[in-house]
Amino acid sequence: MSARQMTVAAFLVTLAALALLPFFGEKFTVQVFTKIMIMAILAMSLDLLLGYTGLVSFGHAAFYGAAGYALALLTPPYQAANFWTSLPAAVAASAALALVIGFFVVRTRGIYFIMVTLAFAQMLFFLFFDTKIAGGSDGIYIDVRPVAKIGAWQVFNLDNFVHVYYLALACLALTYWLLRTILRSPFGRVLAGIRVNEHRMLSLGYATFRYKLVCFVIAGAVAGVAGYLSAVQYGVVNPEMLGWHLSAALMMMVILGGMGTLAGPALGAAIWMLLELGLQSLPESGGVNFGKHWQLFMGAFIVLATLLLPRGLAGLAQVLRGRGQKRA
Amino acid sequence: MDFHTFLIQLLNGVQYGLLLFLVSSGLTLVFGIMGIINVAHGSFYMIGAYLAWSLTGGLGSFWIALPAGIAITLVIGLLLEVLVIRKLYDRDHLYQVLLTYGLILIFEELRSMIWGDDVRGVPIPEVLSASFPLTETQSYPVYRLWISAVCLVVAGLMVWVIQKTRLGMIIRAGSANREMVQSLGIDVRLVYRLVFATGITLAALAGMIASPVSAVFPGMGNQVLIVCFVVIVIGGMGSVKGAMLASLLIGLVDTFGKVLHLEIAGVKLLPELSSMTVYLLMAIVLLWRPEGVFGRRP
Amino acid sequence: MLQQARGEGVSGAALRTQGLTRRFGGLVAVRDVSLECRTGEVHAVIGPNGAGKTTLINLLSGDLRPSAGRVVLGERDVTGFPPQRLSRLGVGRSYQRTNVFLPFTAFENCRIAAQSRRRSSMRFFRPALALREVNDAAERALAAVGLQERAGIAVEALSHGEQRQVEIAMALATRPAVLLLDEPLAGMGAEESARIVALLKQLVSGHAILLVEHDMDAVFAVADVLTVMVSGEVLESGTPDSIRSSRAVQEAYLGVAQSGHA
Repeated sequence: MSARQMTVAAFLVTLAALALLPFFGEKFTVQVFTKIMIMAILAMSLDLLLGYTGLVSFGHAAFYGAAGYALALLTPPYQAANFWTSLPAAVAASAALALVIGFFVVRTRGIYFIMVTLAFAQMLFFLFFDTKIAGGSDGIYIDVRPVAKIGAWQVFNLDNFVHVYYLALACLALTYWLLRTILRSPFGRVLAGIRVNEHRMLSLGYATFRYKLVCFVIAGAVAGVAGYLSAVQYGVVNPEMLGWHLSAALMMMVILGGMGTLAGPALGAAIWMLLELGLQSLPESGGVNFGKHWQLFMGAFIVLATLLLPRGLAGLAQVLRGRGQKRA
Repeated sequence: MDFHTFLIQLLNGVQYGLLLFLVSSGLTLVFGIMGIINVAHGSFYMIGAYLAWSLTGGLGSFWIALPAGIAITLVIGLLLEVLVIRKLYDRDHLYQVLLTYGLILIFEELRSMIWGDDVRGVPIPEVLSASFPLTETQSYPVYRLWISAVCLVVAGLMVWVIQKTRLGMIIRAGSANREMVQSLGIDVRLVYRLVFATGITLAALAGMIASPVSAVFPGMGNQVLIVCFVVIVIGGMGSVKGAMLASLLIGLVDTFGKVLHLEIAGVKLLPELSSMTVYLLMAIVLLWRPEGVFGRRP
Repeated sequence: MLQQARGEGVSGAALRTQGLTRRFGGLVAVRDVSLECRTGEVHAVIGPNGAGKTTLINLLSGDLRPSAGRVVLGERDVTGFPPQRLSRLGVGRSYQRTNVFLPFTAFENCRIAAQSRRRSSMRFFRPALALREVNDAAERALAAVGLQERAGIAVEALSHGEQRQVEIAMALATRPAVLLLDEPLAGMGAEESARIVALLKQLVSGHAILLVEHDMDAVFAVADVLTVMVSGEVLESGTPDSIRSSRAVQEAYLGVAQSGHA
């Protein structure tokens, strides 16, 4: 079996295991894994930009938060939104935002791209944080979760955390399939060419700006799916969903898992979320509440990981495999 | 708006712009000369402000706190370069961004553990606490004029060092061709160390002198960093000239945006959306010259 | 000065420049160059290093914008057009410094080049490898340069000469009307060079070829028109014979008549 076949097999096995989790796990575990799967979707969407096209977006969380806010704003007070319309609407909102922001930022390269994606995302953050458009720094509560009915038949109940879990799982599988398909398509090959040698792509006749912009929009739309699911899970949205802490965490997830592999960032999301959870539950010791200052350890982890594992766990695996072969 | 109010806002805008220049010049120099993007640069602005607060309190005088704070930051910068930053040369910008972001988290938490999370204030030093009378009712604080003066002096010093001294020549040569300078027997690493330490000290200095007029609060580093990015995008990465131009522009646009009233088709734009003006400016520049006004055309 | 082209048929200039100039600050890299490339003709541009030959090709391919002068493609003024536009109008180019997709296989390099000829690559659902005509075009391009055995190998693992072959194959895969070749033979062995020269002789009937080269054997074997550039200017232009016997050329560029790799 080739390495690629092994990765796909591993992913499918994981999906199967995830499908069985609610039968064995308690509520807290199920909810943690719901969150992990949502982050995995988000990380995969960033991988499309970062790993496959070479666009280092430091403001990707903006599209995640935008969809969450879209749902919150579409939900009438004390009533439920319609799942079948609010999900596409929220995703469309993220896609439209990505189109507008992308139009400005995709014309930049390298370090400028990193800076302007961050700047525009922060602009959005301050828009929601400082103004009263959407609850300011406190955010908005979604009093009633969206309703998923067809006629009289309730397809699933989003107040039930198990239903939310399976919805997230379905979205994860669908996202993985969709991104794999896109990456194998003629469009996907253009993206790959742009990452390796954009200048040559231009001289071969490709209008690379258009392709990068479309990629940016697709990534934004998928991020929107994650944002919608997150809003459904927690019932609240706040400006932190747009913040750069999340954007930076996403970049770490992608790098940690191995960028340009799709499955890698999903794994990286799991590792990151579990690490965060672990650090946050650190006990107090010697008068210092380590759990409260968990970001200190997160920061140290980031510094070390960046120094020691440039290609993430995928790179580590390669190194170990290489060592094993040498000994044999 | 009457003339005196206009003058006050003009002075405020210029002062804010010059302060921005002080902070962003460090960032753009480090990138232009060493090729390193340090997103923790804003954290040093914050560290400077907190140092000013704690040292003024501890040592009793703002004027002792200033040089002490500068010395401390220089040492931190040198240590940081030796321990961590030097591993970033020749690495992808992505890794530089992530690693220095990790540093931001570390600094934030250390600040929280050492100085707490409360908002602090630093008293304006007595000798500068007077106000310049403009009219019978309006006056302008001398301290703000002093801030602008300090920034201008530092800017002048920077230009002088880079253009007129041997060190500056080495720095300029080193940024263009590192290997060649090294083969001439000059230890480029030492130069880099110095440049980095100076860069972050500029940010800290800005934080220190700004602290009496702006609050000292936890998020101040991140806030100023984003504006620095906008300065650099507009002015061009690596260009001190561009940083000055962009900083003044942003300083004026931001300041006037907060006091003007603008309503179009019943929609209140200013001063309600004044925080957007700077980003709008950036968007316009991106359409016109994506590499910045004085940036190098790719 | 410009002599009759070798080769049959009516051929207006496929690519023409008028007074083409490019300045870099105070340095004039290309000054007032006017030349013509006709279909069915190989127009070779030779000259010492620093003569401005690569700058000239960059101006023709859109990689650089002229400071003054015009570039006309067929009937159309294309001065200042960016590379992606010129490529779609039928200008193909190979680079002096190998400019390929190193991690991709030789086949994929040509395939992505051939795919560019489709009206739009905004197709998301079918696999790229299902595009039969694109695959065939890529295979043909590789076969033309003689690299079909190495199609499945990553270009970074190929020898330098083979990488140069991929470079040319990519330009061919875009089915250009005008081919701009910047030192295609650089770094190639004798056998590979001979194959490329034979290929050029084959291609010339359907294309206009502008060739910058140092390999004088190849140049004189294949060129219909020669232009000698020195210090950014055209020194002389004409048939190979007239250039070979020109006193001015011999004085300015010693060794032009000697064979060997410059």
